[in-house]
Order: sequence, then structure tokens, then C-alpha cells
Amino acid sequence: MTEALSLIPRAEAALAARDFKSDQEVRWCPGCGDYAVLAAVQGFMPELGLARENIVFVSGIGCSSRFPYYMNTYGMHSIHGRAPAIATGLASSRRDLSVWVVTGDGDALSIGGNHLIHALRRNVNLKILLFNNRIYGLTKGQYSPTSEVGKITKSTPMGSLDAPFNPVSLALGAEATFVARTIDSDRKHLTEVLRQAADHPGTALVEIYQNCNIFNDGAFDALKDQEQAREAVIRLEHGRPIRFGTDDTKGVTRNPDTGDLEVITVTPDNEHRVLTHDAHATSPTTAFALSRLADPDTLHHTPIGVFRDTTRPVYDTLMADQLEAAVEQHGKADLGALLTGTDSWTVTPSR
Amino acid sequence: MANGTEVRRVDRVVIRFAGDSGDGMQLTGDRFTSETASFGNDLSTLPNFPAEIRAPAGTLPGVSSFQLHFADHDILTPGDAPNVLVAMNPAALKANIADVPRGAEIIVNTDEFTKRPMAKVGYATSPLEDGSLDAYRVHGVPLTTLTVEALKDFGLSRKEAERSKNMFALGLLSWMYHRPTENTEKFLRQKFAKKPDIAEANIVAFRAGWNFGETTEDFAVSYEVAPATKAFPAGVYRNISGNLALSYGLIAAARQADLPLYLGSYPITPASDILHELSRHKNFGVRTFQAEDEIAGIGAALGAAFGGALGVTTTSGPGVALKSETIGLAVSLELPLLIVDIQRGGPSTGLPTKTEQADLLQAMYGRNGEAPVPIVAPRTAADCFDATLEAARIALTYRTPVFVLSDGYLANGSEPWRVPHPDELPDLRTRFATAPNHTLADGTEVFWPYKRDPQTLARPWAVPGTPGLEHRIGGIEKQDGTGNISYDPANHDHMVRTRQAKIDGIAVPDLEVDDPTGTARTLVLGWGSTYGPITAAVRRLRAQGTAIAQAHLRHLNPFPANLEEVLARYERVVVPEMNLGQLATLIRARYLVDARSHTQVNGMPFKAEQLAEVLQEAIDD
Repeated sequence: MTEALSLIPRAEAALAARDFKSDQEVRWCPGCGDYAVLAAVQGFMPELGLARENIVFVSGIGCSSRFPYYMNTYGMHSIHGRAPAIATGLASSRRDLSVWVVTGDGDALSIGGNHLIHALRRNVNLKILLFNNRIYGLTKGQYSPTSEVGKITKSTPMGSLDAPFNPVSLALGAEATFVARTIDSDRKHLTEVLRQAADHPGTALVEIYQNCNIFNDGAFDALKDQEQAREAVIRLEHGRPIRFGTDDTKGVTRNPDTGDLEVITVTPDNEHRVLTHDAHATSPTTAFALSRLADPDTLHHTPIGVFRDTTRPVYDTLMADQLEAAVEQHGKADLGALLTGTDSWTVTPSR
Repeated sequence: MANGTEVRRVDRVVIRFAGDSGDGMQLTGDRFTSETASFGNDLSTLPNFPAEIRAPAGTLPGVSSFQLHFADHDILTPGDAPNVLVAMNPAALKANIADVPRGAEIIVNTDEFTKRPMAKVGYATSPLEDGSLDAYRVHGVPLTTLTVEALKDFGLSRKEAERSKNMFALGLLSWMYHRPTENTEKFLRQKFAKKPDIAEANIVAFRAGWNFGETTEDFAVSYEVAPATKAFPAGVYRNISGNLALSYGLIAAARQADLPLYLGSYPITPASDILHELSRHKNFGVRTFQAEDEIAGIGAALGAAFGGALGVTTTSGPGVALKSETIGLAVSLELPLLIVDIQRGGPSTGLPTKTEQADLLQAMYGRNGEAPVPIVAPRTAADCFDATLEAARIALTYRTPVFVLSDGYLANGSEPWRVPHPDELPDLRTRFATAPNHTLADGTEVFWPYKRDPQTLARPWAVPGTPGLEHRIGGIEKQDGTGNISYDPANHDHMVRTRQAKIDGIAVPDLEVDDPTGTARTLVLGWGSTYGPITAAVRRLRAQGTAIAQAHLRHLNPFPANLEEVLARYERVVVPEMNLGQLATLIRARYLVDARSHTQVNGMPFKAEQLAEVLQEAIDD
């Protein structure tokens, strides 16, 4: 049992995916990528073996943030961008809970950007699922902080002007201890990433590329089409050489002159130069370089999988430790003594 | 007295210590207050300092002061005007002289009355020599020189030695007013435990100040203010500031509710001291979370409340503005939450270190949609303790966010407090839901998160970890009972009215009216920290034989049930407030009463004398 899960009560009997389905009708648009993520999460949850009542989903505002209503666990659908803050209060006061945050690119990176980066640096025991569809869905199609430059939308008829965030780069820069990326339609990969995130002590950020078939359809087709994906997607696996392409003919290597990463065609002569993925590396440098590898426009050379998975003290644990240390140092709470203080005086009844 | 000094008995004294921000005036005032409290006088204090940590030295904006009123009887305010002004430099004299009545004593540090410091604040000639202070009894004391001289054996630099001049002044004043000194010496030893040299230097300066008073002939009179024996019922007492009382109120509320306390907060003047204080008491199971911003502060507190903690956020007006959306969410979620607003001058950044009561309407209405939130306002520094317990009672009983509206004056001011025994405190225990609360038509037992208690209209509090009660709540309108998302128009109308009815139905004590003769035709109605000045003004009027009735609101939402009847009893209602008439607006709108507003927004509490004049005019009108 990992530290992340050790304090959470176990389910008495084995649960199934159906146990995690709430009685609420799912109201996403037909064909939305969110359905696949929901099914994957519901299918994966029983695996954790946790008591269902000790699992909480907290969300902000946006299409993805309706997620908690569909999970038969405790849940809160809060306000725009604030889910990480609310979940921080819950997780740091209740270490017996498994707390999940569901958010989107607008919710997490625009209005809630501040809370996201601070949750990551604190390393609160939260699992954050960031559904990135590179568009605002619920407000009907404005560009988002992950939209490509020049995006034509209702609010940007002449094209958007601002450079997008790369959520993985951002998380790494915010001192995140666990950062991963996966794709809504790849259930096997999605589930494997969720598994590792759940196991991680501290904050885990999982960026999920998710298709909005109404306002940004096909945003990730380059990564989904069988033919294209072979050349476009780089699957990161800890301890394995970073190779991809038909017959693994491509590899990622470090340019000795610039220190940057680049893609090479692997030959017996240069095979030794292919990087081996080390998600546990103390330094985030290589993980960051990997996050910059993809072409932001074509998505070619997009790494998916766990970029970084390192250990740092968990905020909730440190907080609880301070409470224990305070009792050791100052003794157990004595309200009478506290109220009286050290500078009191007594008035005796006057006769 | 050794030199045959005359000892004069007086019933009350107001002292103001004034100096540069770096002169340690707040510490000096605090120590004099502690000495006075332990002596048994009743007292009330008014610290007054600039927002800048160290404003340019010797300038008017850099002046920091501390006023203390103490007496042999019970008193209510820090006093309108000082009997004694201690001015550590020309700026302090200039900034405060207008408040000092003729005939009062002024003690000045003559060392600072040199050309440059005087020129800096616009004194062309020395006020100590040009006759402009002839109406006062001025004691020129070379405080700096005397302090440096007293410390010459300590091997300190002149600059280091000069720093103890506030303790010299404290020693002098302690002699003048016969204050006990042991605790100050003990305090200095503790404060400088890691620098015993500095501790000793301060103690030597303190004693030198005392001895100076005793030996010099300039101080021909010393004063005795007898303990206020009649003002205090038997009990254990301590001196306490509003923010400390409020912090203790939070710790006590959590203990009485048997819930862990969770504070989510972002530093802001004048509320930060609550965060500081609570973070010192982790052995009470108190979790303090210094958030990345105001919004995260309340967000974390609300998250903790969802998990079954007593969630609290502390802030001031600008912070409330940022928290508004989350307060609305708490209204919709119907979870207990305390929002502590230590009001300061506004709008925007306003006057961070000065007091005001101008957040009443923000607390009352400052949210989107119909989002009623109960409001409790403490009336004195010590009352911050009880008001916080009362706010917690409402939050826990009715599952609602509740405002505690304190202000900068209460927060930093202090007064004696009869320390309650923990057994005297109210029982605030509440029940979490543990089992299904509804049976469907087919006989299935289910949990409905919005099925209400028929009496209080409170919904059940089912915390994560409770098997079988898994449920989802959120800010979207929900169906009554089930809590499921509902956009049904009739349901929304019902829910809006039900949330309002829940708050309107909160049981609050009736408003007590103080009308000793029963003949008053004018009622003065206040709320919050104006209690002291209003009551002092009312006493003045009654002493002159004028009949006036007084009532003071602690509950601003809902109002006490008898408020309408009370208002109807009087021909005139005067509402003094440190804003532009916010309570008066509510009263006029709610009860169609022609309430007269008297307002002041200068960052300072009302002065009793001026207020008495205003009330007299209203009565005579």
C-alpha cells in the first residue's frame, strides 16, 4: 500500500464499475470525449479497493465539471476555477479521503490558474484530472488558454492573439511532483495513468486530451488516427528508451550542443544516444524538455504517459505532523488555561 | 514620595503616547495597559498607527500613537481627549496637539526638538520656546540623552541605547501614575530572552525613567487612580484585545462543537493577528492554512466544512469582496462557515489601519442572487469572544455561512475581560447525518441532502466517510429534497424563498432597551463597536437629567423579532454609525421608520462628548 492510499479505509466487499454510477442522467453532448473519461474512471475506481464513501470528487465550472454528479461518491460541483482550493481544505483536514479534482483548460488554467499552481507546489494529496479540449465548451465556443494562436472563434473572429499554455510545462514549472498526459479515447492508457496517479503521494496532475465534438472537433485527430498516431505519439514509459514510429524507428535524444531534445531516426550507430525515460529523476529538466517536444500546431511528437513522478513531503501529512508536534511541545489543549493566560488577576467578592 | 511630591487622587486619566513608527509606541502603550489592568483599573485602549511599516522618520504620516483611558469606575471608551500627551518628537506633537485640551500635561522629548526635525514638520520656531504651548503644562525631558546616559555601562552603540527611550518614558509614566512594574520587567526578560543584554538595558532604562520622575522637581505631582473595585464582579480577569478575544472565541467554539477548527486565510490588515494567533494553537487541533489568495482562503475553509470541520475565514473588506462568490456557494451548499470581517476604512484599499463600519451592506447584500447571510456584530473588544460563539451557534444550527462583523477599533483596542470557565460556555454540539432520511414510494431508503429539519429548515450535514450517504452538492440550483440539479421555475422560486425563510427564522434574542425612566421619547440605536461611545454619550445626557433610551443591535440579520415594536415606541430614532448610514437605510426600508442617521467616517471611533451633543440636538429638535 502506498502512502497515498494507506490512510483511506478499504471497501468491505469488492465493488464494480456500476457501483460508481450515480442515478443522474449524463447530460454531455452526444459524442463528447467526457463520456469515455467517465467510463474509464468508473471502470478503474473498483481497482483501488477503497471504501466508496471515502472518495470525493470536487469540480469547478465547465462541461467537465459536471463530472461529480455522475459519480456515486461524495462530490461537490463548486465555482469557476476554485476546485483545487476547496479540495485543498478537504484533503488537508481529512487524510482518510481520496480527493479527486475534475477541471478543464478554462477552469484550471484561466480563472483558476492561481489555485492550480499553488496546489501543485504544496503537494496536497489531490488527483487533478485536467480535461483539455482547447476550447470553452459550456459558454459555447470561445478560445481557451490552450487554444492555438490565431484560433477563429466567436470571440476572436480575426483570430486569437495570445500564446497558449502547455499544461504539462506549466505544472512542471509549478514544482509538481506528478505530471502525466493521456488521451480520452485510449482507455487502456488513460486507466494506466490514473492508476499511477492514484498511487502517487501528493498532487498528481493528469492532462487528458479530450475532444469537444461541438466546438473544436478533431483537435487531437493527429494523435488518434491509427496511421498518423504512430508517427505523432511518443509513449513514455519509465525505464524504457523513448522510441516511437513504425517499428520504433524514431527515438528521442539530447542534442549535445544545445541540451535540447530532438527526434532522430534510430540506427545501430546512434541507438545508444536514445534517452531512457526516467520519471523519477530529481531534476525536472528532462521532463520539461519532453513537454516542449510537440509541435503546438500539428501536435507531432506529442509525448503521453507519466512525465514526472517524484516524491516530496505531502502537505496534509506535514500539517498533521505539526499538530502532533504542537501537542508534544505544549501539551494537550487546555481551554481554561488558554483563556486565563499568564497576565490575569482575580477580583474577590466585595463585602 | 521621597521628594515630597504631592499625590493627587483622580477618578480617571487618558494618556496618549505618540512617537515615530519606529519608536515603539504600541509596545509602550501595551505595557502601560498591562500594568494598569493588573492594578485593577477599568480601561479601554485605542492604538492608532499608519499603514506603512516604517514611514519616513520624523514625518507627520509616520506618527504612531496609543491612547489609554483608565479609571476607578467602569468606562466604555478610550477617552475623547488625552489628559497627558507623551510626544517623542516634533511630528508627534504636531500631529496630536489639536486633540489635547488646554491645561493638559505634555511630556516632550526635548532632544528631538532641534532644527531639522522641527523644520521637517513645519515648525519655524520651537513650540517649546515660542509660547505656543503656554496653555499646557509642558514637561521638557531630554529622554534620549537620559536614556543613553543611563545605559553608558552597557557597551551599546548610541543608536542601540537610544532605542530604549520608550522604556524610559514608560518608567516615567509608571511613576507618575503609581503603576506596578514587576510584570513589565518580567515581560522584558521574556521578550529579549535570547539577548539578555538588551533585556537588562531596557529594564535599566525603565527604572531610570521611574527614578527620574521620583527625583526631579519638574514633576511636582503624581496621581493615583484607585482600582475599579465596583466595576468588576468577582472573577478572574485579564486584559484582551478584540482580535485575541475573537481568536479564543473560535477555538472555544470548535471545542464546544466538538469539531476540528480549520482556518483558511490570507494576510490582510487588520485581521492578520487572528491568523497569527490561531497558528500558535495547533495543540488544540487547529489547522491554519495561509492560502494563495482570499478566494482560496475561504475555498479551503468551505472544503474543510464539507469534510466536517468548523470552517473559518478571516479577512477585511477588500477580502470579503473577493470571497463573495464563494460565500454565495456556501449559501447554496448550506454548509456551516464563519466569515470574519475586521472592517477598515474603504472603499478599495482605503485606510487599512483605521476603523469603519462600512461593510454592513456588503455583508448583507454583497452577492449575486438572493443570498441571505446572518450577521453578528460584537460591541466591545471582549465581546468578540461571545459574538464568535453566537455566530458559530447559528452557523452550526442552521447550516449556513455567518458573518462576524468586527472592526479595526475593536480588533486592536483592549479592555479587561472576565475570563469564563469553560463549563460556562454554550453547548454547540451538532449532529452529522448517519443514516438515510427518506423512503421512496417503492420502500427504498435513501439519503436526501436537501431534506430539511422542519423547525430550523436546516439540511442534514452528511460528511464524506459516512457509508450510504454518498451525495453530490453544488452551486447550481437543486431540487428541494433530493438536491439533484433542477432548472424548474417553480422549484427555484421555492428554493429561493426557503433559503430566505431559513435565515429569517433564525432564533435570535430580543433587543433589550435601556430606558431607565421610561419617559424617553428618543431612542439611540447602534450596532457593533459604537457601543462604547454611544453608551458613554447616553450616560452624559442622563447625568444632566435628559431622558434617552438606548438599544444596541448584535444581530443585523435577522434583526431581533421585537425590533419593529421597539422602534415604534419612540418618537425619534437616531442611528450613529461609522459609515454613511447603512443601518439607518436598512431600518428605514424594513420598518418605514424615519430614522435619523448620524455618521462619521474619519477612521476613528466616535467621541462621547460630540455624540452627546448630537443626541441632545435630536432630542431638542
